[in-house]
Amino acid sequence: MIDEVGHYALVLALALAVMQMILPFWGARARDARLMALARPAALAQFAFVALSYAALTYAHVVSDFSLANVVENSHSTKPLIYKISGVWGNHEGSMMLWALILTLSGAAMAAFSRAIPPRLLADALSVQGCLGVAFLLFILLTSNPFARLSPAPMEGNDLNPILQDPGLAIHPPLLYLGYVGFSIVFSLAAGALIGGRIDAAFARFIRPWTLAAWCFLTLGIAMGSYWAYYTLGWGGFWFWDPVENASLLPWLSGTALLHCAAVMEKRDALKIWTIFLAILTFSLSLLGTFLVRSGVLTSVHSFASDPQRGLFILGILVLFIGGSLFLFMLRAPTLSQGGLFAPISREGALVVNNLLLTASCAAVFVGTLYPLALEAWNGDKISVGAPFFNLTFGPLFAPLALLMPIGQNLAWKRGDLLAALQRLWFAAACGLAAMLAFYAAQGAPVTAYVGAGVAIYLIVGAFVEIFNRIFPAGLRASKNVASRASGLPLSAWGTAIAHAGLGVTLLGLAASGWGAEKIVSMKTGEAYDVGPYQLSVVAMTAAPGPNYREAIAHMSVSRNGAVVAMIEPSKRFFTTRRMGVSQAGIVTLNFGQIYVSIAEQNDNGAVDARLYWKPLVSLIWLGALAMAFGGGLSLADRRLRVGVARRAARISGASAPAAG
Amino acid sequence: MTRKQKRLTLIFSALGLLGAAVGIVLFALRDNVVFFYGPTEMTEKQVGPGQRLRIGGLVKPGTLVHLEGKRITFSVTDGRNEVPVSYTGLLPDLFKEGQGVVAEGALDKAHVFRADSVLAKHDERYMPREVADALKKQGVWQEEGGKAGSGANK
Repeated sequence: MIDEVGHYALVLALALAVMQMILPFWGARARDARLMALARPAALAQFAFVALSYAALTYAHVVSDFSLANVVENSHSTKPLIYKISGVWGNHEGSMMLWALILTLSGAAMAAFSRAIPPRLLADALSVQGCLGVAFLLFILLTSNPFARLSPAPMEGNDLNPILQDPGLAIHPPLLYLGYVGFSIVFSLAAGALIGGRIDAAFARFIRPWTLAAWCFLTLGIAMGSYWAYYTLGWGGFWFWDPVENASLLPWLSGTALLHCAAVMEKRDALKIWTIFLAILTFSLSLLGTFLVRSGVLTSVHSFASDPQRGLFILGILVLFIGGSLFLFMLRAPTLSQGGLFAPISREGALVVNNLLLTASCAAVFVGTLYPLALEAWNGDKISVGAPFFNLTFGPLFAPLALLMPIGQNLAWKRGDLLAALQRLWFAAACGLAAMLAFYAAQGAPVTAYVGAGVAIYLIVGAFVEIFNRIFPAGLRASKNVASRASGLPLSAWGTAIAHAGLGVTLLGLAASGWGAEKIVSMKTGEAYDVGPYQLSVVAMTAAPGPNYREAIAHMSVSRNGAVVAMIEPSKRFFTTRRMGVSQAGIVTLNFGQIYVSIAEQNDNGAVDARLYWKPLVSLIWLGALAMAFGGGLSLADRRLRVGVARRAARISGASAPAAG
Repeated sequence: MTRKQKRLTLIFSALGLLGAAVGIVLFALRDNVVFFYGPTEMTEKQVGPGQRLRIGGLVKPGTLVHLEGKRITFSVTDGRNEVPVSYTGLLPDLFKEGQGVVAEGALDKAHVFRADSVLAKHDERYMPREVADALKKQGVWQEEGGKAGSGANK
């Protein structure tokens, strides 16, 4: 019964989406305020019905309703509750349901919090959002129905892929989707603005909070996915330049560019066309990612099952939305007026360079990800483009960003003084150089490690130089009113500094991987093995039963200079339903670095084969990403960016002539 | 600077950067791309020693040998031809005789494929797509997909 309610709610949501797509759009053309006003309740109701449907599916998973094919294929009655709930999105149908849930949530959020947006723009934007809803709900209902029945219902399910039975599954997909799909709001607003043909600085104010929020979630989602891959795959790697990972990096790169470019548009009314283009591009790349991951073009742990029909359907959605929005862009872009002027050396100029570098590195990743697919379609040659390609292309394009970032922060709007900016950064540069020498003295080669670490320190210190100069405008000695100046700084200034420093922290973690140690040994109980500055030894091997698996655990001690500093328990799990073994790495964090051990089967002589890693400062990679997202969140809390402000500002600037026609 | 000069600076710096990016990408694509072959294609294309490749196929049953010091050897087959592979290190969880495998490395002088990484399937239901295609080409593909897997579990 509940399954039918869920299925029916999904169909109703589709009907609402069709209504939301057509009526407000028509209303905006016919200037009928009542039709335009329909968009808001339609978006809210559409979200409510998708949420109901999603809840019904979750309920079926929780109570192990094996009359649903989806539950049979991906669940098991002994599976722990957390994986019954998160396992809903651990398969193709369910993950598309999560996608639809977040898509309609985005539409509802836009409808609920956008009273500042002019009614015509909102009507057009919500109509585009409704169009997205129609496409994806149709996709679910026609090709991937999660409510398909199985008759007769089996007594037991096939269980979830053991690799997915991990707390990461509960966190990574929702965060990533909030980022991916959150950009749909920005896309809809851009498309709506293009349809209406009126784009001014206020538009940047409408999209900035949504861009920022989606960007924060995407940052967290990527970082979480990377950490999950790191601890679960047992190779000790955290980024593989796998096409699926690249698919999430692409919208992050263009989203980062959008974030900075929207700031220029908001402050100076410049770069309008470019901002609109990035808004379209970012969500298009999200759609492309969905296509790559969900269509079965790529085989990975993310592509649950491949079905050519689904691939074609998503390809159709992709072509429709990317093609449609770019066509609209082509029609309207020439009619947009040029905004504020600026000298090449200025904050705007620096942000243009930022955008160029980010989009160029985005393009490099794009080529590396899609070239193998294109070549295979072209002549059937199968190639793989791996880390060497990306290190060679992404590295040189992204590295200048790190050097230029603090300089850009210290340039004034409109016309900047490069020399003065460099002078202000002498302290940060000195810190970076000192750190480089200190790291070289302490840890030695390779070059990438100590140079990278030096740049990272420069970046972290440099990120706060602007704030320092605003709090101490006359140097450290004149420290009057410091507290009031510090608290008077807008939150977004702190947010920028913290997010930029976060990138430095991540870079430091990446650079430090050059000093790591790695070895593969056959460990006998009681013997000590060196890895980095630590010694590991197996204390005991035990077996333990889990809820739906058996587990062999190696208890190891980690000691330094003879004193035991930690215990570590890598294990090997065997899932009985799928008859599949999974290694659980043992990880312990010591001074931001980690000891990482993954074990294989126990040999006949009682020794156990293990990979041992010492990864100095590795946890900084993800802590840096947390800092970036935190900085973004801080900016989001800034009162200038709050939703109501755009309305007040619009009212004030409404007196002056609108800039775009 | 005049308005025109400003715009030209912007356009030329953008074009310069784009040109540099294109150059780097093309350069990197020439040298850092690894081809994927099945055992039969490898024999046909007469791959020389030292060229980096990915090979894929099934681990031929009965060929997996553990030598001392984590070294293992096995043969990758597509039913028609086979390639001997040697690898030092821990094998992935799902590595088994008779199962699909992808290995990356290069041939040595004795025509043994020295792999520096070995990948197996992500779970028991799926075959690496390259391997499935290589097997289909040789006509030895058997449908061992989802249905067989779930049938065995009931």
